[in-house]
Amino acid sequence: MPVVIKDGNFVEDQFIANGGGFTSLGKFGQDSFEATSDLVGLDVPNDTDPADLAGFIDHVDAIRIPFPTYADGRGFSIARALRQMGFKGLLRAHGAILADQYPMALRVGFDEIEVPAEHAGRQPQSQWRESMGRVNDNYQDRVMSPTQPKPSAA
Amino acid sequence: MYLYNEFDDKFVRARVNQFRGQVEKRLDGSLTEDEFKPLRLMNGLYLQLHAYMLRVAIPYGTLDSAKMRQLAFIADKWDKGYGHFTTRQNIQYNWPKLKDVPEILDALADVGMHAIQTSGNCIRNVTSDHFAGAAADEIEDPRPTSELLRQWSTDHPEFQFLPRKFKIAVTGSPNDRAVTKAHDIGIRMIRNDAGEAGYEIIVGGGLGRSPFVGKVVREFLPREDLLPYLEAILQVYNLSGRRDNKYKARIKILVHETGIEEIKVAVEKNFLTQKKYFQAPSDALVSAIEDYFIPPKLIDEDVKGLEEAMLKNPALRSFVDTNIEEHRVPEYAIVSISLKPIGGTPGDATSEQMRLIADLAEKYSHDEIRISHEQNLILPHVHKSDIPALYDELKTLGLATANIGLVSDIIACPGMDYCALATARSIPIAQEISTRFNELKLEHEIGKIKIKISGCINACGHHHVGHIGILGLDKAGIENYQITLGGDGTQNMTIGERAGPGFSAEELMPALERLIAAYLDIRENDDETFLNTYRRLGQAPFKAALYPETADA
Ligand code: SF4
Repeated sequence: MPVVIKDGNFVEDQFIANGGGFTSLGKFGQDSFEATSDLVGLDVPNDTDPADLAGFIDHVDAIRIPFPTYADGRGFSIARALRQMGFKGLLRAHGAILADQYPMALRVGFDEIEVPAEHAGRQPQSQWRESMGRVNDNYQDRVMSPTQPKPSAA
Repeated sequence: MYLYNEFDDKFVRARVNQFRGQVEKRLDGSLTEDEFKPLRLMNGLYLQLHAYMLRVAIPYGTLDSAKMRQLAFIADKWDKGYGHFTTRQNIQYNWPKLKDVPEILDALADVGMHAIQTSGNCIRNVTSDHFAGAAADEIEDPRPTSELLRQWSTDHPEFQFLPRKFKIAVTGSPNDRAVTKAHDIGIRMIRNDAGEAGYEIIVGGGLGRSPFVGKVVREFLPREDLLPYLEAILQVYNLSGRRDNKYKARIKILVHETGIEEIKVAVEKNFLTQKKYFQAPSDALVSAIEDYFIPPKLIDEDVKGLEEAMLKNPALRSFVDTNIEEHRVPEYAIVSISLKPIGGTPGDATSEQMRLIADLAEKYSHDEIRISHEQNLILPHVHKSDIPALYDELKTLGLATANIGLVSDIIACPGMDYCALATARSIPIAQEISTRFNELKLEHEIGKIKIKISGCINACGHHHVGHIGILGLDKAGIENYQITLGGDGTQNMTIGERAGPGFSAEELMPALERLIAAYLDIRENDDETFLNTYRRLGQAPFKAALYPETADA
């Protein structure tokens, strides 16, 4: 069973528990698509151009983006772009994500992470909680914020 | 000089602790070596041929004496008493132990330094003009912009796992000393016709196995738009750069395969989105940082004693001729300290030398030191009256070599001596060249020339932009050195052309001697540099000198 990490905790897959299901983008794109679950989740391959998803984002409850290896960072940009396009639903990263990448995932707009059980076994909850603590102190909030304090001169 | 505020300090300390945790996780097995790799790379730790290598960032090449002394301390305590300055304004330690690395990082944080993002597929240490803030030809100091880029790119959540590494360079002078056109993004500070300050943005330059001259993606970017524009370039690259082949993953390949026009359209479109999220205009952020780079108070005093000292000491005269550049204040000079002693290892400095340079910076250069991508050190603000005394002190530790810009001022990558990827030796070739031309007493006659050597096709020694480039390859187990000619790393960046078949290590030196002899023979006058002669006459006469047998046939 894969493990879902939310707010730094290993939790039950609430999306599935609440009657959700994930469908591949190809199937969803067909006219004949009929929701097979109450909550509609979309599996988006990580070579998708986020702009191509513009028509879907208002019709799905969740989007799941795969990380085939932790070195493949496309998912970070797709998540960010989806949020910038106004996607308000659940964003889930799925696959080879390291506990140390958790703050990055949260900061680009992911809500939760789904990792294989073996992976979660080696990187226990404590590591995710610890790395979550690093979310707030970052340079990007500072350089993007309109109220960046003027640093005092040396 | 930029000083860490509370936030910077807290951030860097947190990173050290995080890395300490990662090292522990590696040692207790919760991280595999494969998983540890991207994390250690984000903190500048490589696995080399013989040991780990730690690469420490010297952002935009600027240091003060406290930082330099700490680098010396680290070299003594955790390495073998020396460090190696690289072509990317970093210093590398070749012998640290994994368990010591968190402590080294702590020692760096004590003086406001770090090794963050000096490796891995992220935005690397931002480089800049080593004469920044001092050069007579400068429009504007590029360091505040560079510092802003350091902050923006550090731990950027979206861009830590790019298709490949990403290098940015900034220049504030029309004479490009930062090789901006060989970077993933090159930034030139310019003024438009209305006199407004802005940036020219160049994208897709690079050396390596497929060298490209960067192309202009935006001719004039208003200063307020810098960060959202770069964010747009990076997002386009992260989503579209190739990930199927590591050798085709740099943005230069994306630009080449997609075409600059199409890239431009994608970036401009993305930029409109990013602009909404950057609520602080970049120019305001830059000017807040400018307070840290207020030029030192230079004294208004005539130059005394230098002429007399040079009359008495021809060696000093020759040092002044080669190692001094014009400062924006005429009574001052920019003094380059060569880390290329004849027969030495280019870029190496001992801890003792580092300490002396720190002392001299305090005494003579308003506590400022710079590192150049040509692997030399610079004291940027020296009053000309102080040059004779400075020269004497440099001499005590072999730091007064008068060869800046000359044939022995060679850029060489670590090559077979340290680098796991090397296909040939690089440092010993540099040593041989400098020793040989020194024996021939030809160095000053040859004049300005840039020889650059790489120990494999990755081109860390920038051989593509050497007036003479040397690339060491492996041909069936035997080192083979290919020569390229006519490369240029300035604002007129040109990729050197391959002269012909390569040479064995034994044949190389005689071939270079023939090449230089031919140049001396055919140049129009003593002032015509090697590069200009090559441009005037083309490859033919040089080729004939390199390959006399085929020329006769
Ligand atoms: S050019 Fe090759 S041999 Fe030289 S440092 Fe780079 S990777 Fe190593």
